Amino acid sequence: MHKIGVIADHDTVLSFKSTGIDTFPAIDEAEAADILMKLAQENYAVIFITEHLAEKIRDKIDLFRDKMLPIITLIPSNRGTLGIGISDVKKSVEKAIGADIIFEREGRE
Amino acid sequence: MVIRVNPTRMELLSLKKRLVTAKRGHKLLKDKQDELVKKFLDMVKQNRALREEVERELIDAFRSFTMARSQMPANVVEESLMIPSAKVSINVKKENIMSVNVPRIEISQEESKNLYPYGFANTSAEMDSAIRTLSTMLPKMLKLAEIEKACQLMADEIERTRRRVNALEYVLIPQLENTIKYITMKLDENERSSRTRLMKIKEMVMQG
Repeated sequence: MHKIGVIADHDTVLSFKSTGIDTFPAIDEAEAADILMKLAQENYAVIFITEHLAEKIRDKIDLFRDKMLPIITLIPSNRGTLGIGISDVKKSVEKAIGADIIFEREGRE
Repeated sequence: MVIRVNPTRMELLSLKKRLVTAKRGHKLLKDKQDELVKKFLDMVKQNRALREEVERELIDAFRSFTMARSQMPANVVEESLMIPSAKVSINVKKENIMSVNVPRIEISQEESKNLYPYGFANTSAEMDSAIRTLSTMLPKMLKLAEIEKACQLMADEIERTRRRVNALEYVLIPQLENTIKYITMKLDENERSSRTRLMKIKEMVMQG
């Protein structure tokens, strides 16, 4: 059995409280990084983290990129999206294919 | 580039064997790469669509949640959400796609009779709808997590495979071919020189 966690600012965390997943409010990036490293060692399979926090602890998140677990997924916060999540998908395409063929092609249409 | 070996028949034979193996390996890896790319493209399209959908819906849900909170005193909000009514846990299994281990998430949600962790007395209707949306979002978010991870892992594997294919195609195979050519020429040269020597000796013997 695995657990799900969400790391976000206080306001965003509140929204997730009722969904039954474990919530961890973080005020700044240092706290977020601490929580992230702690959760990674425990039995958390999926960790959602807001883009606002994630952009500042990129190096920590990249540690888990090539591991199967935990899955770290970026979500928008209640201040909206920064577009990091979608640009990460784009980066994967560029890495795999060498050029961004999916986003580019649809952009031209 | 030529591998530095002794130009002997033994070496020639073993190099030829290595060339055959290298070519077969190259073909296999190339096939693997093609298949991986095909699967990856399918998956990344799903990934993109799902991410856009989840982001849009989450932002909507956050917006209505913020609206709901603004209509209620802060302490009431905190209090009503303090104890979650549902408990979600997941089971993560491994799945193998073209030798890449990708996670597959199974959700086991404890069915609770009541979605809302609070009584309806002090809370607003907006709160109810925001919470309902967020709860239905969760499976989708987990699906996104699963697909996104699979895409990342596959992207890494494709890159690795491409490096190997290229190393074989542009380094090892040409090197082997050149070396084989070099040895063949060297052996031919030796044979020619020994033949002329024999002819010369024969001439000398005839004269003497």
